[in-house]
Amino acid sequence: MADGYHARTAGPQKFGRIAMYALLILFAMYYLLPLFVMVTTSLKTLDDIRTGNLIALPAQITIDAWVKAWSTACTGVECGGLKNNFMNSATFVLPAVAISTLIGAFNGYVLTMWRFRGSDILFTALLIGCFIPFQVILLPMAQTLGYLGIANSIAGLIFVHVVYGLAFTTLFFRNFYVSVPTELTKAARIDGAGFFTIFWRIILPLSPPIIVVCVIWQFTQIWNDFLFGVVFSSGERQPITVALNNLVNTSTGVKEYNVDMAAAIIAGLPTLFVYIVAGKYFLRGLTAGAVKG
Amino acid sequence: MNTTKAAPAKLVSPPKRVADYIESALPKIVLGPTLLVGLIFIYGFIAWTGWLSFTDSRLLPRYELVGFVQYITLFENERWWTSLKNLGVFGSLFILVCLGTGLLLAILLDQRIRAEGFLRAIYLYPMALSFIVTGTAWRWILNPGLGLQNFVRQLGFETFTFDWIVTPGMSIYAVVIAGAWQSSGFVMALFLAGLRGIDDSIIKAAQVDGAGPVRIYTSIIIPSLRPVFFSSIIILSHMAIKAFDLVMALTGGGPGFSSDLPAIFMYTFAFNRNQIGLGAASAMIMLMTVVAIIVPMIYSETRKAHRG
Amino acid sequence: MSSLSIRNVTKRFGALEVLKGIDLEIEDGEFIILVGPSGCGKSTLLNMIAGLDSISGGEIAIGGRIVNDLSPKDRDIAMVFQSYALYPNMSVRENISFGLKIRKVGKEKRDEVVNRVAKTLQIEPLLDRLPSQLSGGQRQRVAMGRALARDPALFLFDEPLSNLDAKLRVEMRAEIRLLHGRLGSTIVYVTHDQIEAMTLGDRIAVMKAGNVHQFGSPQQVYDDPADLFVASFIGSPSMNFVRAPVASSDGVIGIELFNGNEKLFFAAPKAAQKGLSEWIGQESCHGHPTGANHGRVIREPGSSESRAMPCQSRSSAADRSGHAYPDSPERYAGYLSHPSGNTRTRR
Ligand SMILES: Nc1ncnc2c1ncn2[C@@H]1O[C@H](COP(=O)(O)OP(=O)(O)OP(=O)(O)O)[C@@H](O)[C@H]1O
Ligand SMILES: [Mg+2]
Repeated sequence: MADGYHARTAGPQKFGRIAMYALLILFAMYYLLPLFVMVTTSLKTLDDIRTGNLIALPAQITIDAWVKAWSTACTGVECGGLKNNFMNSATFVLPAVAISTLIGAFNGYVLTMWRFRGSDILFTALLIGCFIPFQVILLPMAQTLGYLGIANSIAGLIFVHVVYGLAFTTLFFRNFYVSVPTELTKAARIDGAGFFTIFWRIILPLSPPIIVVCVIWQFTQIWNDFLFGVVFSSGERQPITVALNNLVNTSTGVKEYNVDMAAAIIAGLPTLFVYIVAGKYFLRGLTAGAVKG
Repeated sequence: MNTTKAAPAKLVSPPKRVADYIESALPKIVLGPTLLVGLIFIYGFIAWTGWLSFTDSRLLPRYELVGFVQYITLFENERWWTSLKNLGVFGSLFILVCLGTGLLLAILLDQRIRAEGFLRAIYLYPMALSFIVTGTAWRWILNPGLGLQNFVRQLGFETFTFDWIVTPGMSIYAVVIAGAWQSSGFVMALFLAGLRGIDDSIIKAAQVDGAGPVRIYTSIIIPSLRPVFFSSIIILSHMAIKAFDLVMALTGGGPGFSSDLPAIFMYTFAFNRNQIGLGAASAMIMLMTVVAIIVPMIYSETRKAHRG
Repeated sequence: MSSLSIRNVTKRFGALEVLKGIDLEIEDGEFIILVGPSGCGKSTLLNMIAGLDSISGGEIAIGGRIVNDLSPKDRDIAMVFQSYALYPNMSVRENISFGLKIRKVGKEKRDEVVNRVAKTLQIEPLLDRLPSQLSGGQRQRVAMGRALARDPALFLFDEPLSNLDAKLRVEMRAEIRLLHGRLGSTIVYVTHDQIEAMTLGDRIAVMKAGNVHQFGSPQQVYDDPADLFVASFIGSPSMNFVRAPVASSDGVIGIELFNGNEKLFFAAPKAAQKGLSEWIGQESCHGHPTGANHGRVIREPGSSESRAMPCQSRSSAADRSGHAYPDSPERYAGYLSHPSGNTRTRR
């Protein structure tokens, strides 16, 4: 099963294979080009950028652009670089990921091991919610955050991301726990364990694979989010994606492409890092998320 | 029966303890609130937005109904029409390009390729980047002054022009390029998983019947990927309708508002122009578009699944 | 004291009625077998006894104490599942002692119990392994060990041996019987295996579609099935049925069969004569074990009177009756009228 069609038939002609590899490599270059350009541009001086060309290597490597992007570039009225926003993102992404994953795990546990009348219908209703364009909840949410007193705050962003991440995290854990035999819970109940004991002592120890998938998925989603960030936060509370966009669009003086690129890489680095370290789980999360269709 | 039946013993019924009541209600106590919050924040908010769309809300929400005024205003707005048209163009091209590249790459990768894992990782990494980062990168690459156009001209093609990003009417195609770059690897991964899942024996049977490789692909393998097409299209159309960050970063909706999408229209009017009612109306139309596209697809697909 | 009373117990899943009024009185120390076709509600009944499923109606009492509202942990029961349900993240030792730990039994006492159980089941060398490092038979033993550790009043077994190969099954069956002899606890045991049912149980409850059709000793259930269903369900290979009119010839009551155009008369066993008289002229079903050397007329359980049964409710087994004709009518007549022909002996 692991091999393709040609594993199943006689090998094709040599020419065909060469053409195939050429095509694959061409595509690889197409996918790599932007990353390459980003990295090289971020290491160039502005002069180098103006006189050289897009894919040329830097005449002289400098990390000035990185320093500026991190600590002094202007993202709107503030000019403190991305470091604050990077920290912002980190401070709300981590709790939001943790909370939504934990709740998702509990929900999945109940939906498989402790089903009650109506639980499936509730879940389906929640699941359909994954499909709505979030524009349709922005206005009420802005109001609600105001009522709750957490507008334009880290807490507000955590809240929003947890609420709208629940459907996915619940789905992940539910689909995983469905394959855990319910007899396990039954045996534990007879052994005298209660709801929480069973969860902590028996179900959770089985869950690392799905926890990894879920955490990666949530981390990528929330770190990369722009819509909620731009609508529900402002000024120095903004997450990094919003700050990056502001930085690029702040049109004061010359356009500093090298700073833009350094900033873009900084904004993309955490998720890229996760992808490189745990690509397998990343893909699993993507395809698991796709199963919902 | 031979066995003597035991005389029914006197049964005692121990009282049910409070702790047991709580224990048995725990699943509901745990699941109920989060699901309910989720549901209120989805369905309740949809209703809320729906209500707002029938009001004359501007900077602040107001709740007196004024009928379809906002919807009428909306559809008299040229910018809204542009954004709808752009959504059509962007959505269909984005889906087609992603499906095409995804399928092609998946088929190529399925040919017992050396370094398959490495290539796959390369095709897929853009998916880890946000649309904002993607947009920023492509904005630099596609800018005519110093980007790709300049590069090709330096190669000697003096008249080469590639300035979609700053050309009204073309900028939406630039968005397609960046979007497809970001998402096609994902579709490739879905197709690849689909290809690997195809039963060998079907292909062997076709070979025995004398079908050539092309024939096998066109009449057996690709048709059997139908479910993958289905879920890819659902996901991609969903992405297209929600696409907001990509356009913001790449073109900012410009030049002018020539690459606006409904999502940007909604954001601009609801949050920058203090036209909450109008913004709500556009959001409702977006929701209805999603429903109009996705519900029939799911419906027809499940019906086929039942028949098949 | 660990008798088990099940009184008019019903179970509904929504509109679906899965158990339709089960009555079983089980005495202390009895080994009870539940058999029946798949989906008839055996596991559901077991789960209700255990407290894992709620009871829709009726009463269940263990040791004279109504347990309807008690949670599983307060019912003093242990259960062995078909899938064993060992906790995958715990070693064998932890699996066995988990229930004790939850009940706050001290470490020393726990170790003592684990060692005792391990010795009984001969799993001492396995104590520090994970379930995934065990063979099927070893897992089964551990599952038993977990149930034994708490020394409960009532054991519930849901097809505990069905995942084992034939040889292991025979061994484990013997061990379970020994164990029951030694512990003397009450056991309710669900199985699909006819031999298990016949050899292990003190009494067998034959269920179908949420009803108990017969509850009696293996011998009774085998020899005196209460109805066509039990007759067709118990016994392997299963019984054939012959449809034939009851007739009287020279004052002897029997059945008429046709061999081509030739009419043959087979006298019923003496004991069956009386009961059959009211069936004269009517069609009835007659059990006939495949390949075995005697036919018989199904009798009312608990009475010595034979009776014929109406064929309307006959199961598909009766359709195969055509194959049951012996080659020679003489021999067949002999079986039917042979006094011992009523009794099917265990093989
Ligand atoms: N949670 C449930 N909801 C609805 N119906 C159920 C549920 N659990 C069981 N049933 C139904 O109850 C009936 C009895 O199920 P049960 O598991 O008790 O059968 P069984 O006799 O144990 O079968 P088997 O021999 O196959 O194990 C079946 O028809 C089953 O479909
Ligand atoms: Mg069962």
